[in-house]
Amino acid sequence: MSTSSLAAQMKQGLDAPICLTWELTYACNLQCVHCLSSSGTRDPRELTTEQAKAVLDELRDLQVFYINIGGGEPMVRRDFFELLEHAEHCNIGVKFSTNGAFITPENARRLAAMNYLDIQISLDGANRATNDRVRGEGSYDIALRAMDNLRDASFGRFKISVVMTRENVSQLDEFKALADSYGAQLRITRLRPAGRGADTWNELHPTAAQQRVIYDWLMHHGEDVLTGDSFFHLNAFGDALPGLNLCGAGRVVCLIDPLGDVYACPFVIHDEFKAGSVLEDGGFTHVWKSSDLFTSLREPESPGACASCGSYDACQGGCMAAKFFTGLPLDGPDPECVSGHGEHALSSAGAAPRPSMDHSKPVRLTVKARRSPVLVTHHSGGSPS
Amino acid sequence: MTLTLDSACELHPDVALRPEPFGALAYHYGNRRLIFLKHPDVVAVVRDAANHRSLREVLVENGIAESRWPSFISALTSLAQSEVIRVH
Amino acid sequence: MEPTAALEQDRISDAEATGTRDSAQPQIVEELLIEEISIDGMCGVY
Repeated sequence: MSTSSLAAQMKQGLDAPICLTWELTYACNLQCVHCLSSSGTRDPRELTTEQAKAVLDELRDLQVFYINIGGGEPMVRRDFFELLEHAEHCNIGVKFSTNGAFITPENARRLAAMNYLDIQISLDGANRATNDRVRGEGSYDIALRAMDNLRDASFGRFKISVVMTRENVSQLDEFKALADSYGAQLRITRLRPAGRGADTWNELHPTAAQQRVIYDWLMHHGEDVLTGDSFFHLNAFGDALPGLNLCGAGRVVCLIDPLGDVYACPFVIHDEFKAGSVLEDGGFTHVWKSSDLFTSLREPESPGACASCGSYDACQGGCMAAKFFTGLPLDGPDPECVSGHGEHALSSAGAAPRPSMDHSKPVRLTVKARRSPVLVTHHSGGSPS
Repeated sequence: MTLTLDSACELHPDVALRPEPFGALAYHYGNRRLIFLKHPDVVAVVRDAANHRSLREVLVENGIAESRWPSFISALTSLAQSEVIRVH
Repeated sequence: MEPTAALEQDRISDAEATGTRDSAQPQIVEELLIEEISIDGMCGVY
């Protein structure tokens, strides 16, 4: 078999996900302006502890190696540690993403004692001002305190995960220095216009020039810095970035949401990308192996409007979620296509679809007495639409 | 560290091997590395290695033609470097 | 398109092959038997 057939194998889908994302709850103590899941308030239909354990049992039978747990804020769930322990019993590794508010010294010690557990602290600014504009007042201090607590509990190497925005691209070196100071691993990921991200996309997504900065920086730091493979659309700039460089949605990974619904990935929480539910007959296994959506995602893609562009092999036409939520067709350029084809397509794009649900808390606009306003979005209520 | 035909190896206890149509996925829970074993024969050799005193024996017992041995030694050396297998 | 994080096995020349060489020995078969994947959570995941 040739090397290139490996990527082809993965595009056809695997018998079980290698890993998957599981958002445990839509509840959250923060209200980040770009939240991919529009989280804030708990949904009354969220999986019970018993239902969640049954999902873990299924994943064990499928031999899923590890899961990425997120939310909302997963540690808000009262059964959070119970579920972690059940995952440990099932030999499923857990990597979870948190804003750090619940990583008290005691919880840090408890986490440090667990087997195969990776932690990722979210941070979107290398200083308080930049971070808190997006994640809310106090969130920078919360994150750093969590990192201190993990360090003091000898947790070991954790990750700091940053979503790249127009406001923090200039801070890449500072993020790296911060991670180094904790012996932590830096992870940078791409902002998508998903969830509340759609409302601030125009102000927050990196400029064309900044995309080049990100690409060059990753080429320099690539082996040290993780990206979740989220920048493969930048491969059109030149040599491919480290990583698998393909979209794994529905093929290698997927999302289980707090209600047990299965989506292609965490950035497409929308009926269009819903494959089924773990609560249906056949459970998660049936959805993964036989759902119409995943079956169609595993078919060979055609470049569509990108066929005449020499970069398609490198960039794969970019990210499905970025295209969908900007109203672009999926068989055409990414809105951030580095050659500008996306910008051109946007000028004639249709109306952008709205997320299927919105669990945001109602927020009152706070007007601050300084030059630049805090980026805050309004939502009319926390109930699902 | 290069393995030789005289090396005695075994699958690392922290590694899970999951069958796939083309061979198997090996995941090391300790170092988080994920490796595709792209041919059923290399999967068979890795699973069987602990039962034999040398790689030569494993290859012979599993019917691997000698013309393929250099490729196998090279692959197994890579696996040892990733700690998927270890010398015992 | 090739995964850049793949660990490809090196080419083994005849001179490096272990064991004795028979003059009637068939050519060494080169196979890519393993490949490492850099899969940090995969695109779109935490």
